Amino acid sequence: MAIDENTVRRVAHLARLALPEDRLAPMAAEINGILAWIEQLNEVDVEGVEPMTSVVAAKLPMREDVVTDGGDPRKVLANAPKSEDGFFVVPKVVE
Amino acid sequence: MSDLTKLTLSDAVDALAAKKVSSVELTDAFLAAIDKANPHLNAYVVVAHDKARAMAKASDERRARGSTAPLEGAPLGIKDLFCTEGVRSTACSAILGEFTPTYESTVTANLWRDGAVMLGKLNMDEFAMGSSNETSCFGNVINPWRARNSNATLTSGGSSGGSAAATAADLCLAATATDTGGSIRQPASFTGTVGIKPTYGRCSRWGIVAFASSLDQAGPIAKTVKDAAIMLTSMCGHDPKDSTSLNVDTPDFAKAVGKSVKGLRIGVPKEYRVVGMPAEIDALWAKGIQQLKDAGCEIVPVSLPHTKYALPTYYIIAPAEASSNLARYDGMRFGARKPGKDLNETYEATRAAGFGKEVQRRILIGTYVLSAGYYDAYYLRAQKVRSRIAEDFTNVFATVDAILTPTAPSAAFALGEKAGDPVQMYLNDIFTVTTNLAGLPGISVPAGVDANGLPLGLQVIGKALDEETVFAVAAALEDAAGFTAKPGAWW
Repeated sequence: MAIDENTVRRVAHLARLALPEDRLAPMAAEINGILAWIEQLNEVDVEGVEPMTSVVAAKLPMREDVVTDGGDPRKVLANAPKSEDGFFVVPKVVE
Repeated sequence: MSDLTKLTLSDAVDALAAKKVSSVELTDAFLAAIDKANPHLNAYVVVAHDKARAMAKASDERRARGSTAPLEGAPLGIKDLFCTEGVRSTACSAILGEFTPTYESTVTANLWRDGAVMLGKLNMDEFAMGSSNETSCFGNVINPWRARNSNATLTSGGSSGGSAAATAADLCLAATATDTGGSIRQPASFTGTVGIKPTYGRCSRWGIVAFASSLDQAGPIAKTVKDAAIMLTSMCGHDPKDSTSLNVDTPDFAKAVGKSVKGLRIGVPKEYRVVGMPAEIDALWAKGIQQLKDAGCEIVPVSLPHTKYALPTYYIIAPAEASSNLARYDGMRFGARKPGKDLNETYEATRAAGFGKEVQRRILIGTYVLSAGYYDAYYLRAQKVRSRIAEDFTNVFATVDAILTPTAPSAAFALGEKAGDPVQMYLNDIFTVTTNLAGLPGISVPAGVDANGLPLGLQVIGKALDEETVFAVAAALEDAAGFTAKPGAWW
């Protein structure tokens, strides 16, 4: 399943990564090299095998739905690139 | 006392308890050693002079009031993947900018609860993605070890390269590290130190920057097996803030060190004898097998038939989880923002500027294998092969108590040597990645040096939650090997 420049462009957009045009071909080549090596997984018989999603018990612990932390906007905003009046300032989203 | 920095953690804790040395003296000795060595080794990315001295002073005061906390006054290094309150934590990625957490990771909080002192933050591969510490935005770590008659700079391994280099060069008593595919054990092997990845779920992941959540696990890098056991005992413990944290008691792991290994059945998997492995590593492995036999173990040839599929499986699962985890770096709430003409462009520009080359490559692979039409062929299949790999271990552990393998397929290599070919770089983790996929504990113990005088490690793998047997076997190997070599202080 070799991937081409268009696929790299599409995936880069899905991942929200700006990739300059001249990087598309080399990146496709690099990814194809890795995928070719990964292809060997097709040799493994996985008929009837359950996919493994976690090494610990599948049942997640539940807790009371109560506030356990928070109430300090200064801490939350301490690392914000831009903030104002206790809010994050972000680029305009709605036109 | 002379040469304070050369103490083991165990001896230092004893000296502190006996009041032969104060934490302030010990901490100052380490800070002086770091200031001298770090311009050459680049092991620390933050040296927390003031915080370290303040913590040491507070420790001495607690000691004067009668504190007997297990790590009271012990200066440690912390991998930059751990969030530390008020001290810059960036996972060595430019995208986190000057991120300074307002909270403390559970593992480091456990260490401070037990009296330890933080010297600073240790260099690592960006987001722990790498096996040579060449992807850090703060530059390469230089291995304190050099080949005999050579001045060439070698890698300290990765991703916990700073933790390993700092421990080997006596720039801390021990260090925290993390291991997603071998990032504790391979650097330990490359630097003549001991590193253990415990059972998945032993250490809380809360406050550790996430790479691949189903694989990430914290552990220590230390000078001896006993030191690793002491550190790990403090690091572990149930934490409701991590839903995969195991609600089990933490044994006093140091008690397992020195325990007899007589009668233990040790598995030797034939699939770990790989093509192209240096004869010296094979010989070292054979020597380790003989040493365990001499200590009264029974050696059992075993088979882990899906071993060769572990790395390709990992290079689907880890990038997939990483692409999802790293989606949070959008330049909105923290880190560096690079403005574009609209929101999407801002995201794309921020992430392109902030993530390094290897991280970008893994995000793209992860996004691709999770994308519509490819999910079943890649991700679902990899999860099924992962089941097969875990099943191999379950089968083998029905008849053996532990498994002995080499840690890495080579000694430390030159910086730049494998940077051009990702797959060659990935092959470094061929012996370590299996235990991440299966969630099992694995330790690397220095077992000897190669013809160039560079350290080589052996790995002991144990059953889930049976770190005690792992420590007992590792200590037996450590005893038999009598590994005392240290890097010459050329810095």
